Amino acid sequence: MPHTPEGADVPPHGPLDRSSAARVGARPLSIYVHVPFCAVRCGYCDFNTYTAAELGTPDGPPGASRDTFAVGALAELDLATQVLGLQAPPVSTVFFGGGTPTLLDAGDLVRVLDGVRTRFGLADGAEVTTEANPDSVTEASLRTLREGGFTRVSIGMQSSVGSVLRTLDRTHDPANVARAVAAARATGLAVSLDLIYGTPGESVPDWRDSVQAALQLQPDHVSAYALTVEEGTKMHSRVRRGELPLPTGDDEADKYELADALLTDAGYRWYEISNWAATPADQCRHNLAYWRGDDWWGVGPGAHSHVAGTRWWNVKHPRTWSQRLADGASPAAAREQLTDEQRHAEEVLLRIRLAEGLPTDRVGPAGRQAVAGLIADQLVDGREALGGRLVLTRRGRLLADTVVRALLEEDE
Amino acid sequence: MSPIATHALPPHATPPEQIRNFCIIAHIDHGKSTLADRMLQITGVVQPRQMRAQYLDRMDIERERGITIKSQAVRMPWQVLDETVALNMIDTPGHVDFTYEVSRSLAACEGAVLLVDAAQGIEAQTLANLYLAMENDLTIIPVLNKIDLPSAQPEKYAEELAGLIGCEPSDVLKVSGKTGEGVEELLDEIVTQLPAPEGDPDAPARAMIFDSVYDTYRGVVTYVRVVDGNLTPREKIAMMSTKATHELLEIGVISPEPIPSEGLGVGEVGYLITGVKDVRQSKVGDTVTAASAPATRAIGGYKDPKPMVFSGLYPIDGSDYPDLRDALDKLKLNDASLVYEPETSAALGFGFRVGFLGLLHLEICRERLEREFALDLIATQPNVVYDVTMDDGSEIVVTNPSEFPYGKVAEVREPVVKATILVPSEFIGAVMELCQGKRGQMGGMDYLSEDRVELRYTLPLAEIVFDFFDQLKSRTRGYASLDYQDAGDQAADLVKVDILLQGEGVDAFSAIVHKDKAYAYGTMMAGKLKELIPRQQFEVPIQAAIGSRVIARETIRAIRKDVLAKCYGGDISRKRKLIEKQKEGKKRMKNIGSVEVPQEAFIAALSSDDGKAKDAK
Repeated sequence: MPHTPEGADVPPHGPLDRSSAARVGARPLSIYVHVPFCAVRCGYCDFNTYTAAELGTPDGPPGASRDTFAVGALAELDLATQVLGLQAPPVSTVFFGGGTPTLLDAGDLVRVLDGVRTRFGLADGAEVTTEANPDSVTEASLRTLREGGFTRVSIGMQSSVGSVLRTLDRTHDPANVARAVAAARATGLAVSLDLIYGTPGESVPDWRDSVQAALQLQPDHVSAYALTVEEGTKMHSRVRRGELPLPTGDDEADKYELADALLTDAGYRWYEISNWAATPADQCRHNLAYWRGDDWWGVGPGAHSHVAGTRWWNVKHPRTWSQRLADGASPAAAREQLTDEQRHAEEVLLRIRLAEGLPTDRVGPAGRQAVAGLIADQLVDGREALGGRLVLTRRGRLLADTVVRALLEEDE
Repeated sequence: MSPIATHALPPHATPPEQIRNFCIIAHIDHGKSTLADRMLQITGVVQPRQMRAQYLDRMDIERERGITIKSQAVRMPWQVLDETVALNMIDTPGHVDFTYEVSRSLAACEGAVLLVDAAQGIEAQTLANLYLAMENDLTIIPVLNKIDLPSAQPEKYAEELAGLIGCEPSDVLKVSGKTGEGVEELLDEIVTQLPAPEGDPDAPARAMIFDSVYDTYRGVVTYVRVVDGNLTPREKIAMMSTKATHELLEIGVISPEPIPSEGLGVGEVGYLITGVKDVRQSKVGDTVTAASAPATRAIGGYKDPKPMVFSGLYPIDGSDYPDLRDALDKLKLNDASLVYEPETSAALGFGFRVGFLGLLHLEICRERLEREFALDLIATQPNVVYDVTMDDGSEIVVTNPSEFPYGKVAEVREPVVKATILVPSEFIGAVMELCQGKRGQMGGMDYLSEDRVELRYTLPLAEIVFDFFDQLKSRTRGYASLDYQDAGDQAADLVKVDILLQGEGVDAFSAIVHKDKAYAYGTMMAGKLKELIPRQQFEVPIQAAIGSRVIARETIRAIRKDVLAKCYGGDISRKRKLIEKQKEGKKRMKNIGSVEVPQEAFIAALSSDDGKAKDAK
């Protein structure tokens, strides 16, 4: 990610400080694998990802290119076993994101998953997901993944409207989405579809078409994100130059409400602000781990990790990342040790995003004072609050940051 | 060609016949400081290696802005034929805000060099100062500067100057301060044309204060011109307006660094140091005399400075309030015209209502406060002073719109100024239209040359303070120049427009405006606030009202979306920091009723025409 936070230096081999180390295993453990490669870079994307052209020559330390990425990932998993030690529990969820993980050979993805399994073990019923570009999966590659232990595939559909996809620089053929979904289903993988709303030039009917097209494919899970025009992206400069209109908050609110209505009518339930599942079992447990404050190790260039109150993030460039690992050093760029106050702020801002809500007693006295006002303003569900949980209303979901600021008010 | 004087005449022992006192009247940018630099070099008082540009402009702000706020007097030796003379060059402030100071500087001279850019011609402010000089019966030496510029039109502007002061175009000297061309001839002409000062050496001492400045090490340095008698070190002196007496610790001349002397005699110009710490004890225009044998009559012309424009100054960080007070106290030591008193604003907190001589004075003070005292300030929209007479005959002086009374107002009087605008003739229509729109009364119009016109208007000062100068510049593509002088007051149909957020008045945005302008002000301010105040959870009406009558209305629609769509692993720290930052920002929010207004919105709404005062030189 381009917005690397400020942080403290990390010791060469990345050991945790005593208080975090002591708490390893207190919460479930997940693994995130960041695959930083893409065929092309999309104009809106600010993720840490590189095209073949940007990476230049394929030589370099193992892990710096697509062909050798798995070697670097396995080396980082070795480091993880040392840092987390014997207390580390079997891994509950694994998620391959990017970039485009499916640009790697399916066998490589399975090799990395095997590496997780042999080092930490996978918990019973572990969820293993990969993101996928509709153009870069085949039934054969999906079958390899399924047989290698993957349970879920998250397909980057984004939109069903050609003009919108072009604005996003997405090159995939909309018809490939249906093919990819069918192929995944045939292999027994659960399917999630990712959608983006608020693309410059997208009309409300465009968005309705996209949601309906997604629903036609009967996915198990849908994520719908408002497009964020991040500084430093090509889209940002196009907006700044006036070539593209900046999406407005009102337009995004309309589209969010429309999506929520269509998905709810089709039987999906929101369980996080931007995520809906067909049944509770279809919720993405890996993402829930982030929002519930569980532990996870992020493998790969620029990947972020969180273990028991310590957050760290890796160096961003694949070459630097793989060089560090080849030298037997931690690839972490910096880290932060969360204070109690920061942990509390994170808990509030993450858990309030969930339909399961934030227990009322997790909020400080001043925040609790604010709850009545949040109920009156129809931001928080009154009935749930009386039952001891703070759950956002639909209006509240759109104003979640307002709610968070109120709940964190004067708590220090 | 005159040589450099072989010996300088000693102060206190120079007969008046060998003294010439002059000032330079020029518009900003017409090259006064450069010409002064050249004179310092040519007369040999500054060695080439000590030379720096704008030598006499001491303060940083002056040097950067190219303007001279505090005048100084420099003594330079010069020789014409066989006679050596002492030239005293008295620097004058060039801006209209300091008219009174200019008039005192002029009163210390027998002659003035009228310096005009040969590429631009005379400007309104120069014209005003020229009138002042002619009123003081000064001998005027017309000079065109910058004749080295390719765009110079010396013939054209020589004719213009000749027409103004009643001489022949051939009498106009042509110099280049930059190259030095013509400067020696100018010095010769000063000696030849200017009369020597006159005074009675045996009468009780009388010296006029034409400037006083505060120096951190020396205390107040007072600049005087001796009219009668003489002053000597260690004697006791008295200020005739206050009767206060001080011991004269040091007396001397500036050449161009201070040089203590045995005293100052008739016609001489120099400085006094008495150890006082506050320039108010050494007022410009006052007469200094000897305490032992005081004069009976003061030199005429002394006036207390009168603030014309008021503005509320507030620290952006409320905890800086004591620092602002200390800073104003310090500034006052060097600026006798600065007045202020504490003021509280519901919107802006604790601050001061500060009176200034004019807009430039305001801008300079604010800049000094921010720069020299490291304060971040918000200044409210400047306003003038109104005299309000109520139906019951009681009178209220309003220096802050929030003091404007509701109810039974019989009459409101506002200050007016006589404005002189010089403009190329093609813009006459545009300027007349502007002046009429600003409630101006035309006083007259004269052609200075074929294509340059002088327009005279009486205008409410409030209109000038508001946005007149900006508009004048934009309607004349920058060609117009403006000067104005206090011209009493007039009754006017004025109302106070209040701005309300959700029904709650915001004192910082209240304004006193002419009835016909109330709607425009209300609409402008409401529209501006609509852009500046972030959308809240609920709809916020913004109203402009006169009393209880709403004249304009805008609505800030409720915000519908305030959430980061995505919040995964790498987003979390970033998200938390954003929330922390927003919490910090909230501390800087002012609550108007239940509406949260960021301080930035106040600043932006109040400083939108910030550029005006800066440009109004």
